[in-house]
Amino acid sequence: MQKILIIGANSAIATACARQWAARGAALYLIGRDPGRLAALADDLRVRGAGAVDTGTLDVDELAGHEAALAAARQALGGIDVALLAHGTLPDAAACDRDAALAMAHFATNGGSTIALMHRLAGLLEAQGDGTLAVISSVAGDRGRASNAIYGAAKAAVSAYASALRQRLGRSGVDVLTVKPGFVDTPMTAAFAKGALWARPEAVAAGIVRAVERRRAVVYLPWFWRPVMMVIKALPEFVFRRLKF
Amino acid sequence: MSDSATGAWNRWPRLRPARVAAVHDRDAALPALPAPMLAYGNGRSYGDVCQLEGGSLLLARGLDRFIAFDRATGVLRCEAGVLLDEVLRLAVPAGWFLPVTPGTRYATVGGALANDVHGKNHPRAGTLGRHVRAFGLCRSDGGHLTCTPQQHAELFAATIGGLGLTGLVTWIELQLAAVASPWLAVETLRFGELAEFFALAEASLASHEHAVAWIDCLAPRGRRGRGVFSRANATCGLADGPAPPRRRLSVPFTPPFPLLGGPGLRTFNRLYWHLPRRRHRIVHYRPFFYPLDGIGHWNRLYGPRGFLQHQCVLPPSVAPAAIAALLDAIADSGTGSFLAVLKTFGAPASPGLLSFPRPGTTLALDFPFRGQATLALLARLDDLVAEAGGAVYPAKDARMRGDHFRRFFPAWEAFSRHIDPAFSSSFWRRVMADLAD
Repeated sequence: MQKILIIGANSAIATACARQWAARGAALYLIGRDPGRLAALADDLRVRGAGAVDTGTLDVDELAGHEAALAAARQALGGIDVALLAHGTLPDAAACDRDAALAMAHFATNGGSTIALMHRLAGLLEAQGDGTLAVISSVAGDRGRASNAIYGAAKAAVSAYASALRQRLGRSGVDVLTVKPGFVDTPMTAAFAKGALWARPEAVAAGIVRAVERRRAVVYLPWFWRPVMMVIKALPEFVFRRLKF
Repeated sequence: MSDSATGAWNRWPRLRPARVAAVHDRDAALPALPAPMLAYGNGRSYGDVCQLEGGSLLLARGLDRFIAFDRATGVLRCEAGVLLDEVLRLAVPAGWFLPVTPGTRYATVGGALANDVHGKNHPRAGTLGRHVRAFGLCRSDGGHLTCTPQQHAELFAATIGGLGLTGLVTWIELQLAAVASPWLAVETLRFGELAEFFALAEASLASHEHAVAWIDCLAPRGRRGRGVFSRANATCGLADGPAPPRRRLSVPFTPPFPLLGGPGLRTFNRLYWHLPRRRHRIVHYRPFFYPLDGIGHWNRLYGPRGFLQHQCVLPPSVAPAAIAALLDAIADSGTGSFLAVLKTFGAPASPGLLSFPRPGTTLALDFPFRGQATLALLARLDDLVAEAGGAVYPAKDARMRGDHFRRFFPAWEAFSRHIDPAFSSSFWRRVMADLAD
């Protein structure tokens, strides 16, 4: 039975991943902020076939609580085969441009707390000698854009740290997977008409589950974002700075 | 999903809510939005029962969790935004099936309850509401209630088939039906006239669980009422059968004019009737129950103006004559219906105050929307249904008159006492509008 830890389990992508793992009989440990929604998700996963489901509450911004939360998860699962970090916020970019404190709070949630959790999980998996650390970054981290500066900067930090951990942990048999989704149709955006670039969380989740299984390093979801971002990263600054998107 | 995120499947009329809010938490209070409000599921009903112009729509697809499933007894409890498709994917491998299913598996469980849907097995199983053991209802004036046939029995009866007007249904507990395999043994028979349909339907009641007929409503006058009759039983102990079609076809964009209807339709219908087909086949449940779900966005085929459905039920004594009169009216109008479907409704009583099914024969039609001519034809059909003592299905209606609605659903007054004061719909406003003066 695969033992899977998910942080930010109530996010749409994480929930969809959890359901696919549950259908295969995995044991899951769910970490999130809202205990009521975690309990509802745990019931859902049990019905769908999960071998075991436990939950723990954590506010990821409270870095001091990380160690105990991860220890509880490891103990409940009896080891960790896959850890998926999926928590995050999508800040209002204009508000962040006006308010430095707000910007730093979002940077801390999307960047600092994620890196802190990756740091502790890396040590944990390294000691264990196997396992996969999967982190949801974003195409937004590939190149900073004015329309979501703080979010993009935080995701860039996460992607860079994941790359570094991959180098370090490869020798000890631990895989690190960087997931870079594009636009995802989550409940928060349910009322907007979606163009062709929008992906469903179930499709993104299927890509994550597959990438974990195949021990991939970096996965763009859907796949077409890889060539798109290659082009965007290759644009010279004198062109990029004039673009509006 | 329909093209506008909160529209109806037939894309007419298009009524914009003033605001929307996604609902995720079945234990939370109703969102703090101005009244009136209405739950919106997956937008698979037709017309305006799922719309609320200028109001607040509660997007209920986020209520998508299973709560409990007893694989020994087939009792499933899930949130109201779960799709019937998701129920089937969970239940069929465990040996259970929906006790009653409509023609699409992309409706939500909550939407199926609110329209008290029926299927091809109505004579045996009745409506879906008969298999609902309990549900959770969140009201603006009473918080969270658990309704069962015994507890809050009046609200239970008002909410089943209650078009979402009695509050937000948050979860539902269903008794599923045991099924031995995902395959059905289907028998397909051509019939040359309506009388033959009624004879086949009568003869199939005892021998077959599911029955449905397609009618060629563009047949020449002498051949009017010809069609194709399908009846089926679950197969038992079949270890292997045909897989469901793997690749889903989809209509990628809306063509600028309707592709269904028009001159091609007469030829299509003629070919379809003459098509040689094997009489006995083993068929997967998906193509049998949900043939149109195999084509993504099939509603786009009707073009940018959308289409209208008309589904009525006619009492047994007058059904043969009344259906002939309806088919004549359609032929006289020169408008064809691509889908004309006949089913039998049996004796099991519908549990909802506003439930549509009652004993008799039901005829479902759809027409490309061509403005006034289409509306005039459907109004004529309503008159014929009213004369015959039948009823028109609100879930598929966008335009019936208020006096017709009240005649078709005499319990409307008793029902209206249970409407949540903060809830309404464009449908309800429309069929009550003439009383307001």
